[in-house]
Amino acid sequence: MTPLLDIKNLWVKFPTRTGVVEAVRGISFSLGRERLGIVGESGSGKSMTGRAILRLIRPPGIIEADHISLHDQDLLSLSEAKMRAIRGQKISMVMQDPKFSLNPVMTIGAQLIEAHRLHSKSSRAEARTKAIEMLEAVSIRDPERVMKAYPHEMSGGMGQRIMIAMMLIPNPEILIADEPTSALDVSVQGQVLSIMDRLVKERGMGLIFISHDLNLVSQFCDRVLIMYAGRIVEVCDADKLHQAQHPYTRGLLGSLPRFDTPRARLDVLQRDPAWREAPSVEARP
Amino acid sequence: MSQDTGTLRDWLLSETPTSRRQARWAAAYKGWLTLRANHMAMAGLAIIVLLVALALFAPWIAPHDPFVQDLGNRLQPLGSEGHILGTDSLGRDILSRLIWGARITLYIVALVALIAPIAGLLVGTVSGYAGGWVDVILMRITDIFLAFPRLVLALAFVAALGAGIENAVLAISLTAWPPYARMARAETLTIRSSDYISAIRLQGAGPLRIIVKHIWPLCISSLIVRVTLDMAGIILAAAGLGFLGLGAQPPSPEWGAMISEGRRFILDHWWVATMPGLAIFTVSLAFNLLGDGLRDVLDPKDSPQ
Amino acid sequence: MSTSNAFVKRQPRLPLPPWLRGLVVTLLSISVTMLGLLFVTFVIGRVMPIDPVLAVVGERATEDQYNAVFLELGLDKPLIVQFFYYVWDVVRGDFGTSLLTARPVADDIARVFPATFELATIGILFGCLLGVPLGVIAAVRRGSWIDQIARVVALVGYSMPIFWLGLMGLLLFYGILGWVGGPGRQGIFYEDMIPSVTGMILLDSAIAGDWGAFWDAFSHIVLPASILGYYSLAYISRMTRSFMLEQLSAEYVTTARVKGMSEWAVIWRHAFRNIRVQLITVIALSYANLLEGSVLTEIIFSWPGIGSYITTALLSADMNAVLGGTVVVGLVFICLNVFSDLLYKIFDPRSK
Repeated sequence: MTPLLDIKNLWVKFPTRTGVVEAVRGISFSLGRERLGIVGESGSGKSMTGRAILRLIRPPGIIEADHISLHDQDLLSLSEAKMRAIRGQKISMVMQDPKFSLNPVMTIGAQLIEAHRLHSKSSRAEARTKAIEMLEAVSIRDPERVMKAYPHEMSGGMGQRIMIAMMLIPNPEILIADEPTSALDVSVQGQVLSIMDRLVKERGMGLIFISHDLNLVSQFCDRVLIMYAGRIVEVCDADKLHQAQHPYTRGLLGSLPRFDTPRARLDVLQRDPAWREAPSVEARP
Repeated sequence: MSQDTGTLRDWLLSETPTSRRQARWAAAYKGWLTLRANHMAMAGLAIIVLLVALALFAPWIAPHDPFVQDLGNRLQPLGSEGHILGTDSLGRDILSRLIWGARITLYIVALVALIAPIAGLLVGTVSGYAGGWVDVILMRITDIFLAFPRLVLALAFVAALGAGIENAVLAISLTAWPPYARMARAETLTIRSSDYISAIRLQGAGPLRIIVKHIWPLCISSLIVRVTLDMAGIILAAAGLGFLGLGAQPPSPEWGAMISEGRRFILDHWWVATMPGLAIFTVSLAFNLLGDGLRDVLDPKDSPQ
Repeated sequence: MSTSNAFVKRQPRLPLPPWLRGLVVTLLSISVTMLGLLFVTFVIGRVMPIDPVLAVVGERATEDQYNAVFLELGLDKPLIVQFFYYVWDVVRGDFGTSLLTARPVADDIARVFPATFELATIGILFGCLLGVPLGVIAAVRRGSWIDQIARVVALVGYSMPIFWLGLMGLLLFYGILGWVGGPGRQGIFYEDMIPSVTGMILLDSAIAGDWGAFWDAFSHIVLPASILGYYSLAYISRMTRSFMLEQLSAEYVTTARVKGMSEWAVIWRHAFRNIRVQLITVIALSYANLLEGSVLTEIIFSWPGIGSYITTALLSADMNAVLGGTVVVGLVFICLNVFSDLLYKIFDPRSK
């Protein structure tokens, strides 16, 4: 299987007054038509990785890599205009909280239609039909009404489904989902995930699923990268996560409550400074 | 000696202050370090210090008496002998008048900067703490004052009270307090509902004690920033009133009034009106620069950077 | 949504449709503010050391004449009754008679107001057309040279006395360069040549088709209007910049970029659309401030507007004229505030 996306030695740096902050420190991985989970605590660099793939790190932040290749095309060498054609159409991203990631003063219809027309020369009416189809595909009832509504009139679960619809309209090959369910009620998380899962499978897309929730990722993904301090500390298949070797992964697993083995007191994660300095694990074939 | 300052610095920058006093001094010192790194703010501060020095030592610094007329020597240009900035229509030395005028400017600014924020703080905290009808009435009054154009209201007040520096101060203060009241009320509302105020109340503290000891100190820093940024506005308002002949009265060397005098000769003897205007501009610029810097230190959430 | 429902339930409900209730609340709040404004001007009128009777009858009136006028003016009544007389007069548009012009103050104001309106409107156009793009670019190119220029422009605007800047402008562009017309609204040649329709000379001369007069009036208004506009430019550009910075860091901007939009479209179609509402408020506010700034500017440029009218009246202790002018300017202020609130409700989908 040739990978869709291949990343080698990716760094994300932010120069500040007190020195350079390295958010991502030389990670390498590849993505096929699979569901790849990236797990780590806050500040481990997992979100920055997602944004760096789309080249969305704003100056003064710097992205460096040997390559970020999409079908053997290095994204880092593209002009900004060519990169715009990649964004949305080839690689798309769903963000954490639909309350903030949808434009509050535009109707949902306008935002969906815009997403479609950016990458196809279709008429407004065609785009509208397509948008309604897409809303139906993410199980929105009464899409005609929703098209005219504003984001603040939607619940969190609906908002996130709309966001998924908007990001999938141009039919991208890769979807990056950056904590897509963390801001949602537990009751709708499962629904949103299953809709996303179905669409990704139907379309044969690659999915990068960024989360801090180890259990969720192990149920939902095929393969998991565990990040710590800007590096990948461990890679394993999702179903073999419980055989993970790295003490950090073991610590994360140990700090979660489990129904099958209840404990009076959960472990507290002990961090070893040596993990920070250990070289990044390659997650490429 | 250097050893001594070294330990003082260490004491101030200690990560683990041992007393409340040390923590306060440390916070102030760190703020000062941030401010010192801001060159523009330091330039502003330098100008203000210079202004204060000029005002304090005016009798010794000014080369001439600002009131002595010399009609034979009137309207001398810049750089003429004995009069670096020339003379005005009555032959008075413009530089000396500017130096003495610094006193009037500082006097007005200092008084307004005392009266308006304190009045606003009182109204705002009482309004925010009491709530209910008191709040509604006080805030309505504030709104009414805010609904007036400030300068026009000040004009009407001065018209009623009569022209003069004290009345100008009063008029400017009367128009300047409402924004402070609004701000203090907003701060009070957030502080009032916080848990530690409830804790203090449970310990038996009365409203007066809570307002004076716990709410006022927390309003101070945003108030200081606002006052510094307002200083420029106060200077400009005072100069405007002076220019209209409603502030300081002749022959007083108030800068706005000096521009008004020079206005008649603007086309032929431009420096007479230009120099006092430059003085006003420099000083209000200094206050704006310092205010911006202070805001970055004391109230970073509003910082433009 | 659920919170707004809860809020409505707690209120004692008026049997009115929501839009009408909104209107009633707005009108009530305007009336209260207006009453307060009148109360302040009334108090100012009372503390005046000038005897209002003497102002009418003159120094050499007999005691009988004096007393007759004293009663006629209602000065024997309690203060609160006098206040209501005053409010009633103002509501009818009666501000008394000006001592200086011996005409009703209301007529005088109607005559001078268009001049100020014309000046302030051109000024605000200048301020918006330059200030908004400057603020947007400064936010987008934060830290660049254009951001530095915007910062200096604003700092100078906040620190420069407007009457002095006006004088310097007059000295440079009229006295030295001769590019613009001097003080006043028109050159001597065109004075009173144009029939007054709107009171705004630019409009009137355009209506009359007299382009010579139009250009003459333009050459007179361009300098005072740009100086006045410079102050709103400073304020508008600073506020635009900070609003834009806030929006540009919002997550929906990232969404727009992820969609593959060009930076231009991200800025103007997404981020700028979100600051429109706040901008309206800022522009309304600076328009109101222009009216105020015009007091000093009008004096420098001998512009026969309401600012000149108030100050002239002030210096001759013509209190009816001063208070009348103050009330009118205050009223315009209040109306502008209400107007910007209304626009807010129209443009922001979240406020419905």
